[in-house]
Amino acid sequence: MTSPGLRVLVVDDERAIRRYLHAALSMQDITVMEAYSGEDALRSVAVDRPDVVILDLGLPDMEGVEVTRRIREWAEVPIIILSVREQESEKIAALDAGADDYLTKPFGTGELMARIRAALRRSIRKDNEPVIMVNQLKIDLERRQVMVADHEIALTPTEYDILRLLAQNLGKVITHRQLLQHIWGHASEEDLHLLRVNISNLRRKIEPDPSRPHYIRTEAGVGYRLRSDA
Amino acid sequence: MDYNNLVKISHDSRPDPDDLLSRIQREEQEPRGKLKIFLGYAAGVGKTYAMLEAAHQRKQEDIDVVVGYVETHGRVETEARLAGLEVLPRKQESYRGITLTELDVDAVLKRRPQLVLVDELAHTNPPGLRHPKRYQDVEELLAAGIDVYTTLNIQHLESLNDVIAQITGVTVRETVPDSVLDQVTEIELTDLPPDELLLRLQEGKVYIPEQAAQAIQNFFRKGNLTALRELTMRLAARRVDEQMRDYMKTKAIPGPWPAAERLLVGISSHPLSERLVRSTYRLADELNTEWLAIHVETPGNSRLSPEGRGRVTRALLLAEELGGRSLILPGRSVPEVLLHYAREHNVTKIILGKPFRPRWKEILFGSVVDELVRMSGNIDIYIISVPGEADVVRREVAWQPHRPWNRYLWAVFLVLAATGIGALFQHRISPTNLVMVYLLAVVVAAVYLGRGSSILVSILSVLAFDFAFTEPYYTFVVEDTEYILTFIGLLGVGLVISELTARVRDQAEAAQRREAETSILYTLSRDLSTADGLEAIIQAVADNVSQTFGRDVALFLPDSDGKESLKMISKSSDFTLDENEMAVAAWSFKFGQIAGRGTDTLSASKGRYIPLMTPRGVVGVLSIKPKEERSPLTPDQRRLLETFSRQAALAIERAQLAEQAQAAQLLQATEKLQTALLNSISHDLRTPLVSITGALSSLSDGGVAMDPQIHQDLVDTARDEADRMNRLVGNLLNMTRLEAGALRVTKQPGDIQDAIGTALDNLEDRLGDRKIYSDIEENLPLVPMDFVLIVQVLVNLVDNALKYSNRESPIEIRASRNGQELCVRVSDRGIGIPPDDLERIFEKFYRVQRPDKVSGTGLGLSISKGIIEAHAGRILAENRTGGGTSIIFYLPFNDERGSEK
Repeated sequence: MTSPGLRVLVVDDERAIRRYLHAALSMQDITVMEAYSGEDALRSVAVDRPDVVILDLGLPDMEGVEVTRRIREWAEVPIIILSVREQESEKIAALDAGADDYLTKPFGTGELMARIRAALRRSIRKDNEPVIMVNQLKIDLERRQVMVADHEIALTPTEYDILRLLAQNLGKVITHRQLLQHIWGHASEEDLHLLRVNISNLRRKIEPDPSRPHYIRTEAGVGYRLRSDA
Repeated sequence: MDYNNLVKISHDSRPDPDDLLSRIQREEQEPRGKLKIFLGYAAGVGKTYAMLEAAHQRKQEDIDVVVGYVETHGRVETEARLAGLEVLPRKQESYRGITLTELDVDAVLKRRPQLVLVDELAHTNPPGLRHPKRYQDVEELLAAGIDVYTTLNIQHLESLNDVIAQITGVTVRETVPDSVLDQVTEIELTDLPPDELLLRLQEGKVYIPEQAAQAIQNFFRKGNLTALRELTMRLAARRVDEQMRDYMKTKAIPGPWPAAERLLVGISSHPLSERLVRSTYRLADELNTEWLAIHVETPGNSRLSPEGRGRVTRALLLAEELGGRSLILPGRSVPEVLLHYAREHNVTKIILGKPFRPRWKEILFGSVVDELVRMSGNIDIYIISVPGEADVVRREVAWQPHRPWNRYLWAVFLVLAATGIGALFQHRISPTNLVMVYLLAVVVAAVYLGRGSSILVSILSVLAFDFAFTEPYYTFVVEDTEYILTFIGLLGVGLVISELTARVRDQAEAAQRREAETSILYTLSRDLSTADGLEAIIQAVADNVSQTFGRDVALFLPDSDGKESLKMISKSSDFTLDENEMAVAAWSFKFGQIAGRGTDTLSASKGRYIPLMTPRGVVGVLSIKPKEERSPLTPDQRRLLETFSRQAALAIERAQLAEQAQAAQLLQATEKLQTALLNSISHDLRTPLVSITGALSSLSDGGVAMDPQIHQDLVDTARDEADRMNRLVGNLLNMTRLEAGALRVTKQPGDIQDAIGTALDNLEDRLGDRKIYSDIEENLPLVPMDFVLIVQVLVNLVDNALKYSNRESPIEIRASRNGQELCVRVSDRGIGIPPDDLERIFEKFYRVQRPDKVSGTGLGLSISKGIIEAHAGRILAENRTGGGTSIIFYLPFNDERGSEK
């Protein structure tokens, strides 16, 4: 669901990666702008006003987290960060600072597009979409009803809250901290325990095979995501 | 109160007023309860258990015993021992949402037992209770007249807090002031050898509070435990026995330097010498000083009977065994030799056995003890009585009185005796033959009295002979001039004999001295040859030099970049080195020559610097410095010192070369391994690139007209190989991190089902349509784990299963509970693993042989093992009945060792 004329800003100091992203995105009728440093990215966001920013964490002049924070000071533009597998803590910090999603290098074009779509969906949605549907899972926000294959599922308030947050950000990753803040109002070690238990229970209720979750995907070390392409 | 009335009324149940009165009086004067502490040096030695044991005994003695507060920490044996004792209910106190149970003081006071057990004297009470600390509770109980048994660890004592922090590195916060100990009636030491304690720790029988988890590893080291144990024993002894206090040091840690005293015990062939050695050892032990045993070998001693010599040897050996040193010194008189040595070597106390010869002998021949005492100056003389000394004769040293005034008297006496004998036989033997008697006297004098005396005897003999046996008798005039010849002959022979004998004796003395030197050198070389490593060698050299010469010692060894570095081993802490001294040492090192005090170079410096030379050059510098201003070294000593230094040089060189050889060997092995590693990695990285580059170039060549199937094939190949490379790079990175110890394991409660699901998700592409069965037990609790890493382990294991089994065979993942552990099992029906290799597969780069080349570097299992072990879990491989392999890993549910590594 890419609208024509979509503008994406690619920020990476590696020329090869910018080249690839340019090619891949252009194929999808997306206008691609490039930036090679943090400062350059900030300038570009202000001047060119892209619809989505793809931001590499390992920039030469500024930390990815720093760029995210600065952008978030005055813009709501969706930010997808590119990280390497071991940069867990930086990744989480960036997500908590306001980035919307992440991609682990190396990634395929399919993943990239799915993330972009998910990020856009959030910015487009106006909180007046009462019903969210993914495959067999239907969540009716107005009526506080959750159905799987037309069977109503009874959820505890906490479980519902979790599912609702994930659904409202369909396809986007939600960090542990964001979940905890949202549900319990604060993030602490013991509550993480509770979170896991709740997720486990939730899965048992809505997943066809709880041991191979289809809808709620674990983003190892980061958080959870309700898949949009399930 | 009207007692009269009471008396009238009561026959029955009312208490007798007298009884009542006396009871009231008694209660007012009730003595304080007695406090007995079960003291231990660390948690887990068994104090609570001992306390319970004692309580049972008291109960059997019909004493009213109750349990006020006993903490068993879930230990079965301790719980069992509680049985049969009345346990008072604890007080419930709510604190921060948790309910704590504490000692209920009021309940005890109400119950009024004779004896109450209160565990953990140092415990801090939660707020809300009457006293902030439990020892104050105990105070109250004692004041009420109730006896208390309690337990305490040595580290909870206020006064020892910093000492214990120094030993263990752990500062304990819960302390008990020492004033509490002052009121203690009895201390019972609960002791357990450190090895056993460590064993119990491993078996999980020791309670460790969670907060201290990290520190516990430091705390429970054997060296610490031993030091603490000694500390505890000393404390107990000190408190209990007043008399011992005089001997024990008040400082808890004994300093590394011996006290300024030094003891010397004189050994003879006396049968009780060994006991004397033991007495000296005990004395030295109490005073914490060095000591040594010396046997003085006088010319008379060389004629000791074999038993006598045996006794001497045994006594000296015993001295060595008990930690003292032993020496045999030559000399003419025991007191002289002993005092000479004592002065040279800073001996402060000389110990001898009580003399036991009859009085008359002492008067006639003098007593070693008297002589020693008189000449001792400011050295203390201790005469120790050794039990059983009743009727044994002391050594024969007094037979050779070499004291100046005595000697010449003896000479005169000899001459008189000879004259007397001659007079007896005067009429039967011709005078010339009587001369022989005098010659005999000369010989006796030469052997026993020394050169001077025998010369005197010679002269006197001539005079006496002239006087008594030549005509005219009793004058000094000689009639027959032939006698002049006799006189000359007598005198001449006398002098010659004197001289020769004296010389022989001197030579004998010299030989003995040399023997002494040799034995010193032997001790040094023995110490050096048994010393293991450079440190030990340096210590041995320093010890030997310091002991032998009685001076401060320092050793200098060159720095790693060739400059002088200070490796100071000094016998007393006042071997301070200033820049000037360092410069002298440096000079000596550079030029390979002696410098310093008593030499030609830089003789104004305080110490003497001797270069340690080997054929290959100078390896260091040995420096000695006298403790106060005293006489310089004798030539003999200098020679000895030089020999020392040569030995030391060789030993040091040897140690250094050995270290270098080891390092070189290690380097070689490392390099070999590294080369193999690099080759393997290089190969495994390049191989996928071949396919990728190949595929891409074909695609670019083929263009639009390519067959779509081939096109797809090439693309798929390239993608697969790229994936493979990605995995390999990931594995290598992990391996590197594991090796460098940089793998950070942050544990949080995790769901194993989630982990398995995520792992399978990651492998989705490669799984294709292969069947994976997962069987996860119901209600498995969350396990502390680093989620990302455990997912990786699972990915590795499933990947292996995929690789080593064929496409139709199923793969099973099973998660279950195994006591205190989570058990996860990944099984396949593949080719299996040769039984000998079941452990080797976890080694780096190991791969099971397979006919068709299987991709992957063989790092997966090794990394998995590293990760599992970093979680304090374990991993192993099994072959399945019916074919195939299972890899099983265990993760503890309850990991108390902290979350960060």
